[in-house]
Amino acid sequence: MIKKLLSLKNIRLLYAAFFLVLFIVLVGITSFRSMKGYQVALFLELDPLVALSSFLTSWTVYKGLSLSLIIIVGTMIFGRFFCSWICPMGIINQIAGNIFNKLRAVDLIKMNAYRVLYRFKYYVLALLLVLAAFGTIQTGLLDPIPFITKAFAVSVYPAVNYWSGGFYLKQPVFQGGFLLAVIFIAVLFANRFINRFWCRSLCPLGALLGLLSFKPLLQIWRDTTKCNDCMKCVQNCHGACDPHASLRTSECMVCMNCISDCPENAMHYGLPKDTSSVHAPLDVNRRRLIETAVFGTIMFPMMRSVITSKTVSQHSVIRPPGSIAEGDFLRRCIKCGECMKVCPTNVIQPALLEAGFEGIWTPILLNKIGYCEYNCVLCSRVCPTGAIVPLTVEKKIGKPPAQKPVKIGIAFYDRGRCLPWSMHTECIVCEEVCPTSPKAIWFQDVEMQMRDGTTKVFKRPYMDPELCIGCGICENKCPVRDKPAVRVTSIGETRSLVNQMSLKS
Amino acid sequence: MPSKHNKTEPQLTRRDFIIKTATVCSASAVVGLWGYAFYSNDPVRRQDTKIFTFKDYRVEDVKTYPNLAVSRGTDAEKMVRAAVDRIGGITRFIKPGERVLIKPNVSWDRQPEQAANTNPEVVAAVVKMCVEAKASVIWVTDVSVNDPYRCFARSGVEDAAKKNGGVLKFATENDFVQTDLKGKALKVWPVSAFFHQVDKLINIPMVKHHSLSKCTMAMKNLYGVLGGQRNRLHQDINTSIADLAAAIKPTLTIMDATRILMRNGPTGGNLADVARGDTIIAGTDIVAIETYGLSFLDLKPENIPYILMAEQRGAGTTDIKSLNIAEISV
Repeated sequence: MIKKLLSLKNIRLLYAAFFLVLFIVLVGITSFRSMKGYQVALFLELDPLVALSSFLTSWTVYKGLSLSLIIIVGTMIFGRFFCSWICPMGIINQIAGNIFNKLRAVDLIKMNAYRVLYRFKYYVLALLLVLAAFGTIQTGLLDPIPFITKAFAVSVYPAVNYWSGGFYLKQPVFQGGFLLAVIFIAVLFANRFINRFWCRSLCPLGALLGLLSFKPLLQIWRDTTKCNDCMKCVQNCHGACDPHASLRTSECMVCMNCISDCPENAMHYGLPKDTSSVHAPLDVNRRRLIETAVFGTIMFPMMRSVITSKTVSQHSVIRPPGSIAEGDFLRRCIKCGECMKVCPTNVIQPALLEAGFEGIWTPILLNKIGYCEYNCVLCSRVCPTGAIVPLTVEKKIGKPPAQKPVKIGIAFYDRGRCLPWSMHTECIVCEEVCPTSPKAIWFQDVEMQMRDGTTKVFKRPYMDPELCIGCGICENKCPVRDKPAVRVTSIGETRSLVNQMSLKS
Repeated sequence: MPSKHNKTEPQLTRRDFIIKTATVCSASAVVGLWGYAFYSNDPVRRQDTKIFTFKDYRVEDVKTYPNLAVSRGTDAEKMVRAAVDRIGGITRFIKPGERVLIKPNVSWDRQPEQAANTNPEVVAAVVKMCVEAKASVIWVTDVSVNDPYRCFARSGVEDAAKKNGGVLKFATENDFVQTDLKGKALKVWPVSAFFHQVDKLINIPMVKHHSLSKCTMAMKNLYGVLGGQRNRLHQDINTSIADLAAAIKPTLTIMDATRILMRNGPTGGNLADVARGDTIIAGTDIVAIETYGLSFLDLKPENIPYILMAEQRGAGTTDIKSLNIAEISV
């Protein structure tokens, strides 16, 4: 009885449930009140594709990303277990597939049989790695862990908060969050037509793990003397790896369903026996692979001959404090959305085209939504790839005169909209909220004759560009709400040598 | 040859005809009633939102106690207790079973030493005293300028409140109700609903420099009841503060002058901007307390328009020389 319950399939189910819950909890606690030093980016650090692609762009295996070695070595021993045992994207896709597909056995067998379409993921991987080798990291678009982390941070948690109101005081809002939600739901809905469509045909991480597991130590084997070709093993197969014939090891997600489903006990996991069936080699077309690589080689210079935040400084591309120089930033940022989730003021937003196509969904600061909290360094603490390097509060706010603060931009007055400048009204909210000491915003008392002949004395604000750190609280709290009268642009940011205007800096 | 689709309708019986007619009639009646009931000249249906007003949180004035109690020392809790005891003790203000709201100044994401928020030791002392007075509910709240979670956590007020039996109340967007302040600048504004759900209000401000109003103390601390776009109030800050002082009458005001933010207010941020005050002032006359506090910043009431306006509106007196002030050293 206990031995029956402790089948490999049930153990896999336990692991899957554990890792799915762990993922949801870890993304959920990525916030100021509950983070408390937990390794919230754990799943991203376990992801070998993050480690490999960021290694190709910048020749380092950054800190926690070395954890992915566990998965790499594990895959070479146990096969592509990550996909059905650990990967939250895979597990959620499988759950969606189970919900959508209540089919007759014969249709299940059709759905879970191998298709040539499933080669496609290897070409996706090849393209992403070629681009990475040239120096642009685009794996984050399709790598499942950054993708699902971002989908949860930007779409799922804000939606849950909308109904429950329980996580944050303010409803989080994200630029283009709905687009991500639609893509995420579309990916889940694709399971309605092909079970685990994403994992089998698109997922570049699955392809990478498939390559690593082309000959793992332990595999699933079919005993040719016991098998009577009933095909029951195909019915619930996660990877569509043809366990009834020559099993495709690179496709096999070691879900162990075939072992449980086999009425003849013909399947086992481990080392091969004399009677074990042969396994099929990796199914990729060399010609297509070369075409993909050539395509990437042609694409890359084209991607780099356009206007991006790297080629021309962009005023609206204000990066979180601690971000490395823009060129390196685009080599490291995998668009995972951790910084957007953790930001207490919701200022960090996924970019649309502000930073060019290359920088889509990378973090930028929209000061109309929030502002960079002066004493907060959380975004730099959660970044798994070092696109934002860890800061301490002391390092961020600096210790004048010896140590300068981290500047992310400079605020400029729009004197045509500023109330004291154009409407002769008392205001200077910007001065009140300016967090630096001494304040970057200062003012002059002005005496002015009004239209009706009376004189009025009021304060007019000025910006000191040397003291301004670009936090954007002035822009955020400006009473001219729709287009604030003081706005931050990225000029003067500490991380850039070129995006500077002042001789002194 | 007959049609392939040769299935014919069954013949309509009298009963079926009556049922069908009745169904059509009642359906049209429902449609007509729907139109009648919801016919409107307005494109959107408006619900009348309830407009609240502030209750008077004060207790009866007792002439035998001094108007202000000023205690000096270094132990915040002892100073608070001594000052409150001198004006009748907490039991004079809080009766057992009453609901109490404590309003410290927790506007900024700063640490206690930077003196941008009320000293957490003072908050702790007030919460303890409310527990001793057997208040049924002790809420601590503020509408912060920076992220509220960070403000309360890093100012130490969260720990001070929770560890001593208080409950933190964070106002979300849904926790604001329209309230008529009946002022000259401030008319109907969104106010944190918590203020309407309690019997007593204890105001625990601190003493800070402020560029526009010159200082921020007990009266400007009442800004923290407001939600909405309160940054617009800067355009007429003196009238706004006087309006608040006229509309909200706290049970008790305990001013924390243990640390004074002398410059770069109200945010501070540099320890060089902070001076020791080592003083607690308790009383019920908010204008008198404000006037007393001016001495820490070397200001005179004549130069602070909002204090004079509040006095004219009957919120208290600036003539503190005429008052009975008890000075205590702890």
